[in-house]
Amino acid sequence: MSSIWPQLEPLLARVQKPARYIGCEDGAATPVHAQHKVSWLLTYPDTYEIGLPTQGLQILYEILNERSDAVAERAYAPWSDLEALLRQRGLPLFSVDTHRPGGDFDVLAFNLSAELIYTNVLNCIDLAGVPVRAADRRPEDPLIAAGGHCTFNPEPLADFLDFVVLGDGEEAVGEITEVIGAWKRGGRASREVVLRDLAQLPGVYVPSLYDVRYDGEHLASVTPRFPDVPARVEKRTVADLGQWPYPKNQLVPLTEVVHDRLNVEVFRGCTRGCRFCQAGMITRPVRERPADQVRHMIDSGLRRTGYDEVALTSLSTADFSGIEKVVADTVGCGSNISVSLPSLRVDAFTVGIAAQLQQGRRTGLTFAPEAGSWRMRQVINKLITEDDLYAAVESAYSQGWRRMKLYFLTGLPTETDEDTMGIAELSRRCVELGRSHVKGASVTVSVGGFVPKPFTPFQWFGQNTVAELSRKVGLLRDALKRDRGVQLKWHDPKATLVEGIASRGDRRLGPVIETVWRRGGVFQEWSEHFDVRLWQDAMAEHGLSVDWYTHRHRTEDEVLPWDHLSAGLHKDFLWQDWRDALAELGLPDCRWTPCYDCGACTGYGIEHIVASATPPAGGSQGTGQLVFLR
Amino acid sequence: MRYRIRFSKLGKIRFTSHRDVARIWERALRRATVSVAYSEGFSPRPKLSFGLALSTGHESLGEYLDVESLGALDTEELPARLDPCLPVGFDVQAAAEVEPGIASLQQAVTSCTWRIEVTGVGEADLDARVERLLAADELVVTRERKGRPVTDDLRPAILSVSPAAQTAAGAEVVAELATQPRGLRPSELVSVVTDGDDALEEGRVCRLHQWVFVDGARREPLPLLSHATPTRHAEACAS
Repeated sequence: MSSIWPQLEPLLARVQKPARYIGCEDGAATPVHAQHKVSWLLTYPDTYEIGLPTQGLQILYEILNERSDAVAERAYAPWSDLEALLRQRGLPLFSVDTHRPGGDFDVLAFNLSAELIYTNVLNCIDLAGVPVRAADRRPEDPLIAAGGHCTFNPEPLADFLDFVVLGDGEEAVGEITEVIGAWKRGGRASREVVLRDLAQLPGVYVPSLYDVRYDGEHLASVTPRFPDVPARVEKRTVADLGQWPYPKNQLVPLTEVVHDRLNVEVFRGCTRGCRFCQAGMITRPVRERPADQVRHMIDSGLRRTGYDEVALTSLSTADFSGIEKVVADTVGCGSNISVSLPSLRVDAFTVGIAAQLQQGRRTGLTFAPEAGSWRMRQVINKLITEDDLYAAVESAYSQGWRRMKLYFLTGLPTETDEDTMGIAELSRRCVELGRSHVKGASVTVSVGGFVPKPFTPFQWFGQNTVAELSRKVGLLRDALKRDRGVQLKWHDPKATLVEGIASRGDRRLGPVIETVWRRGGVFQEWSEHFDVRLWQDAMAEHGLSVDWYTHRHRTEDEVLPWDHLSAGLHKDFLWQDWRDALAELGLPDCRWTPCYDCGACTGYGIEHIVASATPPAGGSQGTGQLVFLR
Repeated sequence: MRYRIRFSKLGKIRFTSHRDVARIWERALRRATVSVAYSEGFSPRPKLSFGLALSTGHESLGEYLDVESLGALDTEELPARLDPCLPVGFDVQAAAEVEPGIASLQQAVTSCTWRIEVTGVGEADLDARVERLLAADELVVTRERKGRPVTDDLRPAILSVSPAAQTAAGAEVVAELATQPRGLRPSELVSVVTDGDDALEEGRVCRLHQWVFVDGARREPLPLLSHATPTRHAEACAS
């Protein structure tokens, strides 16, 4: 079959936002399929408007389409209205590029960015006409793959995925293409043949090639079934981001999506060492893109796309060496161009940057103090002082901003009510500072429940219960009730619970995810679809304890479901960091201080690539010392 | 300086919304390095004004856009300059400078000509249904407007309807529908034609013309350039 467009077209008149199904984006490839090519359907298992801007997916889309032995298209989860029509008419999941059926591809590769999209992965596999369980698939079915941050614990999805890629995908997709291409040329023998070959590639994990043993409720071991299968799968890391200036042709959607702007990744990895942050732990070391390349990507990107906004993305953009200069050059390169820095550390946000940013159109500003007290921030190693925050906030208000967003976590290890209430105190003080500059100054405070993640020092911590998180949110709500300048928002503690179940779950969660999906539990990231009861009931039916998986503190000697995978970090480094956290001891950023051997560089023979050997000016930079307001 | 641009919207991109089209134009004008004037204020917006919104899913051979430009533009070369900056399916057909004080498109346009397909119906049946409508003195319907039920007579807004022609999925007519004082949308015409018969549905709809009155004569806000080829992309897009 080639294209289902003729059958799809009449349905689009009856669904919401049909433009998300037509493709036609500027930057889209013109895929040419051929027998000798390995065809990939890169699938984001949520809606088009959420999935389209995903940088990882766009990068791999370009890299694969540049190869002569591969072709890549994109798919997104159709919204419920279209899905119902597709199922009614027996039509499958399709690519938006040429509207080809999902089942016609060699590989269906999913981007796993969050736990709540797991049931959508099953739904997409099923909608593509592929058996949801890997064990039920035939040689002619597509291989089901996954990449993205959640793959550092893919065990809850182990029953459904054929293979998983850990870490950066830029190099791995080419190697995988070659292995699958050879398998196709050899007549597509059994799936185990190609999976055994894929398991030889660094960074590729094939769950079905491992035996899992339990000792009562505890995991005893995960061991390879064959001698040639690695006992531990190491993540992939691109050594030099400068060699990968992707996406070169960022997709420009015709309909509104999130992050609808030019996005330029300025560096990958972060060693600030925030202990709750999985992204910072698993993407080490820091690899900066050369400033000239950044400038070129901004300049050519703006000209090609017609966007008037560019976001400089990374895990902490103000840490980029020479950030002020890049922002100044960008704002100066055209009228009405605005720059947004979506992830800003307050101790690196200076009046200088604020002044540069406001030359363009002012975009929203978000700071993430993460915790309300200095004690708590030492525990989580987010070593910014209150004065750092006030200096940053003051910089912004003095440069004309009227409101900003502050992000906090609650439910952190050792958190007391005093720490929680610190959030209210900090927020109030920010508004007061703002009022000395602008009359209507306000802050939006977002509070999320903390979910412990694999490969972080907090992976042993027992997550707060829904009742406890709700109580803490309640404290803040009461405290801030009368503050007109502070708008409080919070993440649903029930959603936090489900994220927690899946985050550190093992293979026994597979049937739970399948049950939730079969009962209609899709689009769980959307509050109108999310249903915690589906999850609680399915856990109970499969004899699993929510408390055991989520709220229990884990012990040092416990086998963790991801122990046979590696993000480079030594487990004893993580354990020591966990002990340091409980002792309220901070750990400096190794970018500018001597190495403490976490394992991420030494294990792979790579190192930081940073243009500046000193931290950005402006704040206390983790020293906890006072900073002078400029 | 103010310029009026006429363009078509055909094929897959007909599923973009009116808001989508506005954003597509903002990007296209920046790509083509047309210096558009911006509004003043805290969040400046480019000064573009569009005519009557086209429903998502409907095609058009006559869409319009007024652009406030900071500099003079060569209207002869403008279509060729803008086309490569627009997604496949949008085609610029004409451009001309207009007087600064000219009435907005929304105010000036009094009627539109549409090609409207109804699926699941034969030519003769459609003709008979249309004839019944045209013979009626009034067509009173209750519609929801801004959340409140409003009773309207649709009959005066139906200015003309052609005899039906057979299509693959049903039959189509060409109809001129008023936009003022109370306009009639093609979907509303289809719903009075089908009159609750579930077998009949709206098929392809295309706006062929928009009309203004100038000195008592009906004409288009911008005539087509003689060499314009409005369907350059239509086939490629629909496939």
